[in-house]
Amino acid sequence: MTNNGITVQGLNKRFGSFDAVQDVSFEAQDGKITAILGPSGSGKSTVLRMIAGLETPDSGRITLAEEEQTFAPVQERRVGFVFQHYALFRHMTVRDNVAFGLSIRKEPKAETRARVEDLLELVQLAPYADRYPDQLSGGQRQRVALARALAPRPKVLLLDEPFGALDARVRQELRRWLDDLHRELNVTSLLVTHDQEEALELANEVIVMHAGRVEQVGTPAEIYNQPASPFVAGFIGAANVIEGSVRDGHLIFGAHRLPGATHLDEGVSAHAYIRPLDIRLVDPAVANGHSYAAVVERVNDLGPASKVRVRLADGQPLVAELPNEDLPVLEAGDRVLLDLRNVKVFEGEGAEVRNAAPLSEEG
Amino acid sequence: MSARVDRTPTLSPLTRRRLVHGGLIAVAALYVGALVLAPLIGIAWAAISAGWATWRETLTAPDTLHAYLLTAIITVITVIVTTVFGVIVAIVLTRDHFPGKSAVSALVNLPFAVSPVIVGLMAVLLFGLGGWFQPWFSAHGIQILFALPSMILVTLFICLPFTIREVAPVLQELGTQEEEAAKTLGGSAFQTFRRVTLPNIRWALLYGIALSAARSIGEIGAVLVVSGSTTGQTETAPIYILRQFDQSHDAEAYIVALTLAFASIVLLAGIEFFKHRSETRRSR
Repeated sequence: MTNNGITVQGLNKRFGSFDAVQDVSFEAQDGKITAILGPSGSGKSTVLRMIAGLETPDSGRITLAEEEQTFAPVQERRVGFVFQHYALFRHMTVRDNVAFGLSIRKEPKAETRARVEDLLELVQLAPYADRYPDQLSGGQRQRVALARALAPRPKVLLLDEPFGALDARVRQELRRWLDDLHRELNVTSLLVTHDQEEALELANEVIVMHAGRVEQVGTPAEIYNQPASPFVAGFIGAANVIEGSVRDGHLIFGAHRLPGATHLDEGVSAHAYIRPLDIRLVDPAVANGHSYAAVVERVNDLGPASKVRVRLADGQPLVAELPNEDLPVLEAGDRVLLDLRNVKVFEGEGAEVRNAAPLSEEG
Repeated sequence: MSARVDRTPTLSPLTRRRLVHGGLIAVAALYVGALVLAPLIGIAWAAISAGWATWRETLTAPDTLHAYLLTAIITVITVIVTTVFGVIVAIVLTRDHFPGKSAVSALVNLPFAVSPVIVGLMAVLLFGLGGWFQPWFSAHGIQILFALPSMILVTLFICLPFTIREVAPVLQELGTQEEEAAKTLGGSAFQTFRRVTLPNIRWALLYGIALSAARSIGEIGAVLVVSGSTTGQTETAPIYILRQFDQSHDAEAYIVALTLAFASIVLLAGIEFFKHRSETRRSR
């Protein structure tokens, strides 16, 4: 049996003077869901469109299911493509939409009919077979689009922000549904998204892209716990940034010192990323030297947890998300002690680094 | 009357708004009615009162039949050419980027801006005695001016914008995603055009065809200049009407005029009808 994986090597694409994709390489494994995660303009959709054959790379190599397809016409690649805005054929019924790929390939009529009915069953839209796209909800349309893409039995499934145009509740629902569907079909899937939750929840492997380059490739846990670059640390999990300078392997800010900067040179300016969920209140009675004094500025109760805005002794703000369970009543002006965990320290000044091109040490 | 009632302060705002709306509707109906419907009824009345004998005589006369035939030939060729090339130009203008695109886009509107008589004169300039292309065509024994080719050429020029102007905005709004989807599903460029693009632009295309056809049926200014209007040879139906009218054969002129107007109306109404039917069938 052939390996239906996707391999991309050294892909480059310019639009005019804009480098949309620069030296992108990765692998999407056979039968798995791989996510390309990045903000808008990071080049992730362009990569997907080049894999589909909807754009032509300036250089690089694309291999689909063990065959080099870099410049093959889109029709011959046997990819299923799902667009953000569905791209259903508006003048065709749901059934005709799903049958399109089969009728183009002149499959026998009876088989086409059976396959279409099966797929409509699979996406739970059998009762809607004779409707037109504009008579369906967004979630239903995207399910039709998925059935249509799957109908000609593609080797790989490419999804371009498939849930991006849907509202939050439907997005959650479809995400879970796609996960189940994939468990059943095991088709190699490459999912492009700007929604980190979506990528971390669905994918076996995540490729983080930024400014046309790959920032990090890893499992969701690796991406979350060991961000390889300031961009990844800042992009995943809405992190706080603390700025300071390095002394003795610590990040010094005000009267405080954070551990975790042993990999940086003495005296350089650096910044640390701390996720709101990695901040804990410390009981003053058991405090040791590793807690940080701060003043509460504002408390928002979110139900299961509270979002607490504090200011550190040196004036830098932090947002903490603290579970409401055994959280003392906090008010603006209260003095608290904080424990900061999973701190990631990178060289450079935070604001500067986040806006600049990716650092050279990342691939 | 309604304007005076309008100012009466005892009227509720809702009533006043209704009166304003009613007034606007009346103005619109009157404007269109007076300018379009009244002349049409006038022609119909004049033609019908000519009597059955005159109708039969006019519609069976060889000159009339020849004029109809000539108009039909010009119309059919114009519609075919403007449809094929109109769709190509519309696709190029909406899907491709090339230097000078906005100039081409503006040029497409030119026939709307130029008087048909000037179009005729331009053709005379190019194909008449001493014209740029005249020596070549004369040497090859091809008669352009005062013959069918020049009549078709000027009609083509005048009808060029209709299909493009109807189809291009629809293509623009459609975007390329459905076409891209068709290609990822294995559709060739032609299959994609026939099964996805064409069905989506079909009503715009039919409108363009109807407008081109109606215009070529009625076109006279440019055709008159280049045709030489020889009765029974280069006399189209509108030129026939003009000649009969000049010769005080008013009844014949009215009868042929009514048939031409009828043909154009049937074209436009037919499209409205089929469009409406397909829409109601869909949303059943």
